[in-house]
Amino acid sequence: MSSGPAARDRRLLMERSVPGRFAVAIPESDVPPAELPESSLLRDDLDLPEVAQLDLVRYFTLLSQLNFSIDTNFYPLGSCTMKYNPKLNDEAAALPGFSQIHPAQPFETVQGALRLMYELQQMLGEVTGLPGVGLAPLAGAQGEYAGLLIARAWFDSAGKSERTVALIPDSAHGTNPASAAMAGLEVVTVPSNDQGNVDLEALRAACDERTAVFMLTIPSTLGLFNPNILDITEAVHEAGGLVYADGANLNALLGLVKLGDLGFDICHSNLHKTFSTPHGGGGPGAGPVMVAKELASFLPAPVAALGDDGLYRFERPENAIGKINGFHGSFSILVRAWTYMRSMGRNGLREAARNAIINANYVQAKLRDRFDLAADRHCMHETVLSARRQKARGASALDIAKRLLDYGVHAPTMYFPLIVDEALMVEPTETESKETLDRFIRIMRQIDEEIDQDPALLHEAPHDLPNTRLDETTAARRPYLRWQQET
Amino acid sequence: MPTTVTPNGPDDSGSPHPFIPNTSADRAAMLDAIGVSRFEELVHDIPAAHVYPELRLTDNTPEPALTAELSALANSNATPGEYACFLGAGAYRHFIPAVVRAIASRGEFVTAYTPYQPEASQGTLQVGFEFQTAVCQLTGMEVSNAGMYDGPTAFAEAALMACRVTRRRTVAVLDTVDERLVEVLDAYVRYQGLEVQVVDSSSLRTPDGAACLMAQSPNVYGVIENMQSFIESAHSVNALAVAHVNPTSLGMFKSPGEWGADIVTAEGQPLGVPMSFGGSYVGLLACRQAHVRQMPGRVIGRTTDTRGRRGYALTLQTREQHIRRERATSNICTSTQLIALMATTYVAAMGKNGIRRIAELCYQKAHYAANRIARLPGYSLPVEGTFFHEFAVQCPRPPAEINRALLERKIIGGYDLSRRIPNGMLVCVTEMNSRQEIDSLVEALEDAGGRA
Repeated sequence: MSSGPAARDRRLLMERSVPGRFAVAIPESDVPPAELPESSLLRDDLDLPEVAQLDLVRYFTLLSQLNFSIDTNFYPLGSCTMKYNPKLNDEAAALPGFSQIHPAQPFETVQGALRLMYELQQMLGEVTGLPGVGLAPLAGAQGEYAGLLIARAWFDSAGKSERTVALIPDSAHGTNPASAAMAGLEVVTVPSNDQGNVDLEALRAACDERTAVFMLTIPSTLGLFNPNILDITEAVHEAGGLVYADGANLNALLGLVKLGDLGFDICHSNLHKTFSTPHGGGGPGAGPVMVAKELASFLPAPVAALGDDGLYRFERPENAIGKINGFHGSFSILVRAWTYMRSMGRNGLREAARNAIINANYVQAKLRDRFDLAADRHCMHETVLSARRQKARGASALDIAKRLLDYGVHAPTMYFPLIVDEALMVEPTETESKETLDRFIRIMRQIDEEIDQDPALLHEAPHDLPNTRLDETTAARRPYLRWQQET
Repeated sequence: MPTTVTPNGPDDSGSPHPFIPNTSADRAAMLDAIGVSRFEELVHDIPAAHVYPELRLTDNTPEPALTAELSALANSNATPGEYACFLGAGAYRHFIPAVVRAIASRGEFVTAYTPYQPEASQGTLQVGFEFQTAVCQLTGMEVSNAGMYDGPTAFAEAALMACRVTRRRTVAVLDTVDERLVEVLDAYVRYQGLEVQVVDSSSLRTPDGAACLMAQSPNVYGVIENMQSFIESAHSVNALAVAHVNPTSLGMFKSPGEWGADIVTAEGQPLGVPMSFGGSYVGLLACRQAHVRQMPGRVIGRTTDTRGRRGYALTLQTREQHIRRERATSNICTSTQLIALMATTYVAAMGKNGIRRIAELCYQKAHYAANRIARLPGYSLPVEGTFFHEFAVQCPRPPAEINRALLERKIIGGYDLSRRIPNGMLVCVTEMNSRQEIDSLVEALEDAGGRA
């Protein structure tokens, strides 16, 4: 019997369930029994699996082995900064003094946790040059939402509630317009120029007395640092608007330049990208929001503060936009980010940015003869290739991405940004070695050759994974979203 | 404190940091291949006046020193277990089997990204499908998404969802819903032209034209709401009934799906997730099949591959921000997949009987504590109704003072409820509180109360 991934037993928990089995022993009650509520309030069915502990371990271990991950594969997924997630970070977050404390404990009993949050606020403020820091947002998109609520509250307080337009480049992440819509802002799209940067004249024309914010990803989703950045922030400020930095690509800027120095007023940072906290297969993340000093009183509650008595406390900023989630943020992720920043230190963070940029440019330089570039210039931390020539020869960006999986390399981000045909966005990160990049480059060149030699290799890829291509159309048309007893 | 990052030798030829493998020789070779002589040529687009700013941060701290510093920080916190803890109010201390931690520590789960390439992410996807199944089984609902940030944001998103489904703009909330939930709801509806109306739970009248009536059960006092009346009230004006529940309570109490709720949300933390000072948690959101296309967040569906084998993929993505942009059902992107994995393994490890027995243990111990506290001079239980594992206590003195006295005896007391009840305290008892701890609490309360 084959032991390959495709041959593994994929049955679901309910299909493994055997009445009477259990994985964990539950203690008996040590108190006198109390009368149960009336039976009409109680449930009589609870259709959950019954499995023994080893069965559980084998099943979930098997599932884990069906995944690509940073620990097992090169994962050059553009815009996602799939850098190594240091093991010490996880160990730190699991320390009982962090993982077992209750969020509503009296502040005197959680001084270590509060101090860590306070110090992380200081460090993030320093790296971004935006000193007002709120750690509450639970992911990048929530950081965006918090930042936009801050902007709206600031305009409201200044009697400028008519500022309700968010200007967003056509190359932006989808969360930007979605967050703006949730904040009740009207989205106006600003076109890019032929270099993939914001068209400054188009931006100036779009700015007016209704402009609330201009949201800019920096470096851009094309991996470019906009050479006109100071003109851009000035143009928005002249029109009375605020400039928001989507910090998804902050890894490229660590220690090289501060967003505050460039005129940005608000930004968020995805700690699960730049600051090495793990992605967890889609979270949890954390998306702290950083703002200029004059906006700090609007930060979401709570923020950690240091009192004159030397004790740390949570405070509610004077004009706080309120609370955007249950407690104080994604604390277990904040511990990891604190650990990473201290582990790297100022020079280490700068070296992270420098090596991320070198790695991306190296890949670009070694592939540019085979793949078109979205912008023909040096890039920052990621390079956007276009497979338009390959498409003309019969293989799409999707085919190339799927074929990469056969070689054990996770696919780059595909078809994003939307303004590039057949986009393949490659972000190697600084934690990958030259040998890994050289192997990736060889594979990409080989795949390019396979298009002419044996196109089926691409069209039917992946071949060697737990599944071949999945029928996503039927999945959406006839959604089957939970296990049900087959009838 | 170490002075500088890293040269592995005096010639500075090594890697700059353990997490950055490029050596000086690697960098030189790569810059050469790129066609530049210095790194700075790659970043000349950054305004020269602002490059290489001063960074007021410490230098790198090697692992041994950092480990010691982290331990010192962690140890300076008072940890439940060392202290007896009777705090709940949205985060709950439960037994977490080792098997849950072991599975959730696997690097293949921890260091994967969102499963955009389904063929390379079947582990994450199948776990998500198991999570959706478990949430539906617990809540009695037809459809679940793959997880929200936390309970309160799931609650807020459910209100937005109800407004989309009904095309109405008023959100009605029972006055017995925790302020913590309502405050997050306020932050989510503020600029969307929606109105939040608080409904008196004694009259229980859903306003005409409301999109939904939202209830919490157990509610802010720990009391199980009258689900039937609340749902009937919502449906009487064609509003959706949104129930925010405690998932542990579903081990013994009838599920909101069985009562007829339209949307169910919950804080998933009690399902095997450490309290971790408030996060990361996972929000549960489940609904009726008919409303699936208005649901926020990621959804995983079962399908087949080109060889006819079962597999899983993200589905119904046209609801989501990366496709629909400003017309998406939510801006949510990265969510809480790894925490959903913890909840899934917890539910599987506890299983059909374990979940019920944990719920009953909580119920028994909380009632033992409540009966004893009710008999203390100066203390009473001012709220009527069936409760699960939390109950309101009226104390003879402000709870802040009582809690200070308890702390001296290594007891973390209940949640201050004096905004609702004069000298009110919400006491939570779970299976983690031994009879001895409960007896110590009762004794300490008696002593603290007498000092008035």
